[in-house]
Amino acid sequence: MTQPLIDVQDLHRSFVVRKRAGALRRTVATVAAVHDLSFSIESGEMVGYIGPNGAGKSTTIKMLTGILVPTSGHVRVAGLEPRRDRVELARRIGVVFGQRTTLWWDLPLRDSFDLLQKIYRTEPARHRENLDRYLDLLDLGDLLDTPVRQLSLGQRMRGDIVAALLHDPEILFLDEPTIGLDVISKGRLREFLRALNAERGTTLVLTTHDLQDIEALCDRVVVIDHGTAVYDGTLAGLHQRGGSSRTLVVDLVDEAPPIDVAGATTRRVEGPRQWLSFPADASAAPLVAAVAASYDVADLSIQEPDIEDVIRELYSSPAPPPAG
Amino acid sequence: MYGAIASLWVRAAWVYRTSFITLMVANGLMTALDAVAIWVTFAHLDLLGGFALHEVALLYGASSLGLGIADTLIGSVERIGEYIRTGRLDQMLTKPLPLLVQVCADQFTLRRLGRITQAAVVFAWAATYVDWTPARAGVAVMMVVSGGAIFFGLFVAFSCIQFLTKDATEFANAFTYGGATLTQYPLTIFPKELMRSLTFLVPVAFVNWYPCLYLLGRDDPFGMPAWLQFSSPLAAAAMVGAALLVWRAGVHRYTSTGS
Repeated sequence: MTQPLIDVQDLHRSFVVRKRAGALRRTVATVAAVHDLSFSIESGEMVGYIGPNGAGKSTTIKMLTGILVPTSGHVRVAGLEPRRDRVELARRIGVVFGQRTTLWWDLPLRDSFDLLQKIYRTEPARHRENLDRYLDLLDLGDLLDTPVRQLSLGQRMRGDIVAALLHDPEILFLDEPTIGLDVISKGRLREFLRALNAERGTTLVLTTHDLQDIEALCDRVVVIDHGTAVYDGTLAGLHQRGGSSRTLVVDLVDEAPPIDVAGATTRRVEGPRQWLSFPADASAAPLVAAVAASYDVADLSIQEPDIEDVIRELYSSPAPPPAG
Repeated sequence: MYGAIASLWVRAAWVYRTSFITLMVANGLMTALDAVAIWVTFAHLDLLGGFALHEVALLYGASSLGLGIADTLIGSVERIGEYIRTGRLDQMLTKPLPLLVQVCADQFTLRRLGRITQAAVVFAWAATYVDWTPARAGVAVMMVVSGGAIFFGLFVAFSCIQFLTKDATEFANAFTYGGATLTQYPLTIFPKELMRSLTFLVPVAFVNWYPCLYLLGRDDPFGMPAWLQFSSPLAAAAMVGAALLVWRAGVHRYTSTGS
């Protein structure tokens, strides 16, 4: 039987938190950062791992990459036990922490890449091939001799991603890869990651606050809240779960009182423009027909649900049922 | 691998040449003040704890060499608390190299050569008074290597406290640099209890005191057995072994930062 590339079963990690209670006394509490967490990821998947701050995202990633020892439970990544086989695992994964760089600040990019070739003992020909390819794809070729401190945030992030890929990792863990980047840089980066997954079959595990990252990249989303998975499935399924709605924007020829049709509610009226919301899983066609039949319509457009709202909806559900 | 990382740090430091050279000279001068303090003491005394100036200089030189070597090779271990706070340790844990090698090579700086140079000069001067024999030369080499290893072990072991409480550099310094300062003087000026604890608890007496007694052809003023004078490599091995165990335990308990 083949094992999934990443296999997590009943994972727990608790932290001891000391609080000052009075001048000398301290209270000690154990907080479960992650509990009863189970999921598995197959080779070649692109998975978004999302949740609010403090939900246990980073703690999970740290246990998957061998940084933290789990309190209990089962973790296997590429068939290895992350903490015990840390050094071996490190050769097979790439990790990018969006907010910190692994590049040598005062030295040209080239030097950081050369050192990584030595650290990972990548075959020199392979290293050069990867380097040329990724530098080209990420448009960094001209900057190889520029000291890292002189790079822009977007350039540095791309440099960090190249650095994480030079040793041909099977899995790439990305922690907030687009944080602080402008729209163009974000788009370029997403395009690159999609290509990487398609061409090399690199498995991507992505934590992010930018839900457009998820929409653009991930077929599958795992939502974690209060230390455990509350949703695991497709993005479309997440919309349904959150009871999300789509919006039909109607531009009428003239101003009119709020439109009244079956299957939709008018949320907002602004001059001749009206916003109607209807369930995300319902078809827009009958609604459009109904509106067009009763009103003089100048233009129509449909807005997809805002995933941020969907997740907020999910988080605010008082007792989330276990993920399927 | 250590060398590859270290050389990159040296090149990075070379970007700011003036600062690098100034700091190296300053480092040498600062540590030389210790030597000056000893020299000034002898302007008023002929003997310190029964030891003449050249003998104290030998003790000082040997201890300072050991400290300088350890300090150069593992200088940033004592900053592990900072690495934990900034998440740098997390990044190191994702690289396929032993963590201790990465931490030691990180921020490698040749600036500390200032201390080594200064110590070597004092040691060389004091060595001209030693009545050299092949055995003494052997013990001297052993002493410098073991001294470096003992301080290495001390630095590593006490830095591990930072895995438990996030900011304990000062506490650790009391033992590492504190121990080093004590060994710059003949232990005869201290109470016997201190000599014992520097032998058996924090074994810095093996950095210079015992081997120097042999180099100087002196009997142990405290009446400790003579074989201790040849035991520095054993003390060093024990210290490094203990340090590696403490390090492993510390890393295992590592809880990372919240983010």
